[in-house]
Amino acid sequence: MSEKLYNNLLFQSIFLMSFLILVGLLIPNWLVFVITKAIAYGLVGLGIITLMRGGLVSFGQGFVFGIGGYTAGLLGTQAGLTDAMLLLFVSFLFTGLVGLIIAPLLARYRDIFFAMLSLAFSMVLYGILIKIDAIGGSDGFVLPESTYFGIKPSSEYADYILYVVAIIMTGFISILLRYYYDSTPGLIALAVRENELRVEYLGSSAFNVAVLNFTIAAGLGGMGGALNGIALGHIDPEFTYWTTSGEFVFISILAGYLSVPAVFLAALLLELVRSFSGRYFPDTWQLILGLFLILSIIFIPSGIGSFFKQFFDRLKKSK
Amino acid sequence: MVDEILTIVLDGAIYASWLFIVALGLTFVFGVLKILNIAHGGIYALGAYSTATLVPIFYSLGMPEQLVILAMLVSALAVAIVITPIMERGILRRFYGQDEVLIVLVTYAIYLVLEDVQKLIWGMNSLYVSEPRELLGALEFGSLYYVGYDLALIGLAIFCGLFLWFVLNKTQSGKIVLAVIHNPEISGCMGVNINKVYLAAFFIGAFLAALAGSFTAPLISVQVGISVAVVIESFAVVIIGGLGSIPGAVIGALIIGMARAACVHKLPEAEIFIMYFCMAGMLIFKPKGLFQGAQARKI
Repeated sequence: MSEKLYNNLLFQSIFLMSFLILVGLLIPNWLVFVITKAIAYGLVGLGIITLMRGGLVSFGQGFVFGIGGYTAGLLGTQAGLTDAMLLLFVSFLFTGLVGLIIAPLLARYRDIFFAMLSLAFSMVLYGILIKIDAIGGSDGFVLPESTYFGIKPSSEYADYILYVVAIIMTGFISILLRYYYDSTPGLIALAVRENELRVEYLGSSAFNVAVLNFTIAAGLGGMGGALNGIALGHIDPEFTYWTTSGEFVFISILAGYLSVPAVFLAALLLELVRSFSGRYFPDTWQLILGLFLILSIIFIPSGIGSFFKQFFDRLKKSK
Repeated sequence: MVDEILTIVLDGAIYASWLFIVALGLTFVFGVLKILNIAHGGIYALGAYSTATLVPIFYSLGMPEQLVILAMLVSALAVAIVITPIMERGILRRFYGQDEVLIVLVTYAIYLVLEDVQKLIWGMNSLYVSEPRELLGALEFGSLYYVGYDLALIGLAIFCGLFLWFVLNKTQSGKIVLAVIHNPEISGCMGVNINKVYLAAFFIGAFLAALAGSFTAPLISVQVGISVAVVIESFAVVIIGGLGSIPGAVIGALIIGMARAACVHKLPEAEIFIMYFCMAGMLIFKPKGLFQGAQARKI
């Protein structure tokens, strides 16, 4: 039964990825860019979802987002590494490593204290970044144009190629995450969310779950930061600011922790609301974003993912 | 040398008193409603803006100069009266009892809305109301001059803290609030109208935020973006002191105020992140803050 389901999942994901890659050819360039940015934000949101499954919410994912962005940027400018895929992958690994180092510190805390300590980390990084003039201080710096297998695409296709790369890499990461969520450690996280003490009595470690999930979240956040930096062609300390972290939390709350694709849908919604209100109401886009946030929390408290789950459950029943 | 220490202590105390008034409201609201209110910074900015509007009107009416303090109090009160029903009754009440982090996100959304409301009402230009600052003249400490108004802020902070402490511990309504803090369900069973207590507590918190804004308005240029720094600074204070604790807010404000003043004079590069550093350090070694008691866990 489960074997069949996974085969099915792989097939579904590849179908969805190919569909999106084809659609990318038809839609205007600005939308390709918006979707790429949404994927970057969605990756960070996916990290928070991973934490949320274990009952934790980080209000400081700007920390890993910034580290990922600066890793890609510094490798590009200092080491001359411009291959986008390599940059994304290295940022993923490096930020995951940083996450693994600070995770034991964070994993002891729960609820609001976890959120606040992660926020504190991101703000310390922000404070440091705006003071280092060698990497642009508060202005940040420009990334070199990225290459793919040594080839630099002409500027009209650059956005699209990055979009394809983002979809493929993110797609496979999402599949792996789904496997992880349904594996034993992934399910223990859900149990920790329900009742941590009972899980400990039964012989599992809630601490280890938190460390593992935070490490994964850090890697994903770092990759998101690198992708965002490469897409924008520019990074600055704003990546680590608390308002950026707030947007990531919003994406994951809007998506809910049940579904992986819902995260990217939520991220896309946020990006679209932001770019439309930024374009048509440049002075009041925060107002619109804020109202959108409040309304979506009031009307979809358990997230878009809960709709997905209901839909698929009903589909299974009817079979 | 002595002068330098005195400068750091006085600067630190002035900065700490300002921070304390903001953080007092934040920590009190958290204590009673269990809401960590990001929009607190937005209310602070509204207080500053409303003072910057009301004080010139006050002068144009030809009122006696000394009463300008009254105008500032009225403007803070007006902000609290307008904002409390909208925020507490209108929005936050729907989320009581839900995950704390979800409520933080809701207040973040309200914060975003308030940011643009300021722009819509007052526009993008900076406003200045420096007149009240000249009211109390200057004081001399050795070779240092301090503006009397700045030092009066220390008095105001002490007054606010003692007043709230007195009301909470020495009056009947204060004890009811303490009971609600301790256990809202049982207080409700004993006949306390919890909704009323929440409304009142939120009103006090909002008033304190607006008050801090009102009394800061003469010191700064009131402009877009003054709230963004306040949010994290007051968070740092309440995290250091322990969420919901008034003595904690005093100590937290003093630690951050002094650390920042010392940095400004001795190590200006570190000024921006010293407070985040204090906050992270405190969380690592004493995550519940200095004044948070032990709490029972539900199994």
